[in-house]
Amino acid sequence: MALPETQTAPVRVMVGMGTCGLAAGAREVWAALEEELSGACVQLSQTGCIGMCEQEPLVDVVVPGEPRVTYGGMTPERVRRVVEEHVHGGRPVEEWVVGRIADAVAPYRELEFYRSQHRIVLRNCGFIDPDSLEEYENRDGYQGLRSALATDPTAVIETVKQSGLRGRGGAGFPTGLKWQFARQAPGEPKYLICNADEGDPGAFMDRSVLEGDPHAVLEGMVIAAHAVGASHGYIYVRAEYPLAVERIRRAIAQAREAGYLGRGILGSGLSFDLTVKEGAGAFVCGEETALISSIEGRRGMPRVRPPFPAQQGLWGKPTIINNVESYANIPHILREGAESIARLGTEKSKGTKVFALAGKVRHTGLVEVPMGVTIREIVEEMGGGSAEERHRLKAVQIGGPSGGCIPTALWDTPVDYESLIGAGAVMGSGGLIVLDDTTCMVEMARFFMSFVQKESCGKCVPCREGTRRLLEILERIVVGEAEPEDLERLRGLSETVRGASLCALGQTAPNPLLSTLRYFPEEYLEHVHDKRCRAGTCLALGHFRVIAEKCPGCNKCVKVCPVEAINGKVKHPFVIDPDKCTKCGACEDVCSFDAIVH
Amino acid sequence: MGASTAQLMPEFLAAIASRPADREQLIPLLQRAQATFGYLPREAMEGIARNVRLPLSRIQGVATFYNQFRFTPPAEKPVHVCLGTACHVRGADRVLTAMEDTLKIQEGQTTPDGRFSLERVACVGACGLAPVVVVGGRTYGRLTPDRARRLLRRARA
Repeated sequence: MALPETQTAPVRVMVGMGTCGLAAGAREVWAALEEELSGACVQLSQTGCIGMCEQEPLVDVVVPGEPRVTYGGMTPERVRRVVEEHVHGGRPVEEWVVGRIADAVAPYRELEFYRSQHRIVLRNCGFIDPDSLEEYENRDGYQGLRSALATDPTAVIETVKQSGLRGRGGAGFPTGLKWQFARQAPGEPKYLICNADEGDPGAFMDRSVLEGDPHAVLEGMVIAAHAVGASHGYIYVRAEYPLAVERIRRAIAQAREAGYLGRGILGSGLSFDLTVKEGAGAFVCGEETALISSIEGRRGMPRVRPPFPAQQGLWGKPTIINNVESYANIPHILREGAESIARLGTEKSKGTKVFALAGKVRHTGLVEVPMGVTIREIVEEMGGGSAEERHRLKAVQIGGPSGGCIPTALWDTPVDYESLIGAGAVMGSGGLIVLDDTTCMVEMARFFMSFVQKESCGKCVPCREGTRRLLEILERIVVGEAEPEDLERLRGLSETVRGASLCALGQTAPNPLLSTLRYFPEEYLEHVHDKRCRAGTCLALGHFRVIAEKCPGCNKCVKVCPVEAINGKVKHPFVIDPDKCTKCGACEDVCSFDAIVH
Repeated sequence: MGASTAQLMPEFLAAIASRPADREQLIPLLQRAQATFGYLPREAMEGIARNVRLPLSRIQGVATFYNQFRFTPPAEKPVHVCLGTACHVRGADRVLTAMEDTLKIQEGQTTPDGRFSLERVACVGACGLAPVVVVGGRTYGRLTPDRARRLLRRARA
């Protein structure tokens, strides 16, 4: 809110209330702040995810004229001291400070996690109240739309083409070209769809953008509507993201009220409106033709392309489908010019990409980096390396069930569409899961195969039957019942599934398997020949035992063992009977002395 | 049909019958039914079938395709254990086992008193806080088998 100059601006306290923040306890922190601040002249507001997930819950204190101070790991107990010493006393509680922002454009310069970031898509996440249109407008919101409306639609498409923006949903098709096809395709009306069906396990950037900056996505869509001549649009969001659904609905209502949606947008000839469709939980609906079937009220099954949706999509009409992150780039391109994206990145991959960094890495969260930085920079510098000193990092999994595992030896690979494919992974939606020596690569392959097998829609045989057979072989390997020929079977069948499946779900399903087989063949051979799992996670192989020197004989394990396989006397080291043990792992979980190993 | 389902049914059927819909409304109507009853009772699906003028078999074909829809009443507090990639590599299966032991049910089942059900989900998108569970609509992060057991004991009390 713009205050008259004579009045002093109040101190502002912001709480990160995205899904991650809420999961870490932001609701309790909010309640404590409300109580502590009642009666004080302090503006308490919510904001979206700034990307520092592992430090949640986050609270920011902004004293006018001073850098914004971010506190991490907040609890209701910590609130009282921060309010007393900082909000009222003006002295930050240094021991809980995780960063300071003097400059909203390049936040937290001093933190490794942020230093190499370049925030375009995430520029407002963690900086504005996502439920406030005014705060979005105050940060140049809807300026991109204004300049687009003052421009001829074909010129808008030309600008997007010049920016070099490619689809951020994973496949990397040039966005401007797609728009041009839809504009030129015969048929009225034309439709626009935002694919927010972020089903890739391990990716959460679309959720964060929808939760933290919903108007940026809307603005991108209205600009696209102007460019391709669409009259109606759909936002297809996963039902598993209730907060994102709520915020995007509120943003749509605000945009209608303010004249950014509806008839004659901002006094121009453009009429465009939006409907939110909640997905009903089917991974395959991330595939564009399956998504269209789902919006039409059918089983979400893909169909053969061509015709591509840009020619024949929803209800048989020309339809543009772009991902959340792609749309969120558009306002920036129109506002700052094509060059602002084109100057970043590599020759063929322009601009930035948001990655969701998770797994066995010290700093988890969202990072937005120019295309072409290396995996090593992201994991080791920004992510701070291994989460636990005693464990060695082994690989990153990029691209989810369609992607692959890239070993540390290849971490100088730049992240761009082509390089990642060359390394056996894909950009995918940008999930980046760090794996260490406690992760079994064969088990990882089994995990993803089991995921795609469950999510295979069943329409085409290679995917439906092929993924099941591949899964069966992998299941044999992890329990030590495989035969040497099984490895060849995996390779052969993978080629069939890859080449003959109808849609990308099946065509890419063997990727996690093939990449681990390519880079970690020794782990497969050990499982098959020696019945050994070096990561110790395949419980059927090997057995549990007690390290006598570490065991003080507390008998906690004896109490949890469901089959009475642990024998011995209290205050003396216990012994596990391998014949009785069912390898459930309950004893290992309960041991406070790390005395039980597998 | 449970008492509350029987109570809510006439109002639901009347509400949807008052506005004929086309096929595009099918999934939103199913979602509305599930929000009302917590699952999809056969009568509600029959009402929707009349409303969108399609055979019941088609309605069931669509409903069974999507993971969101359930055909039996839910527990009072459904427990969803996230088994996405990040949760998986951070030990989510141990968390699931601990929850199975504490509730004395297997994944996919409901406790005999109808208070808890236990289901696995693919990803709730809170990967930075893995492993994650959702109990009664609230998300909890950074779980260990031990914290999971305590969480359930508190939820039960």
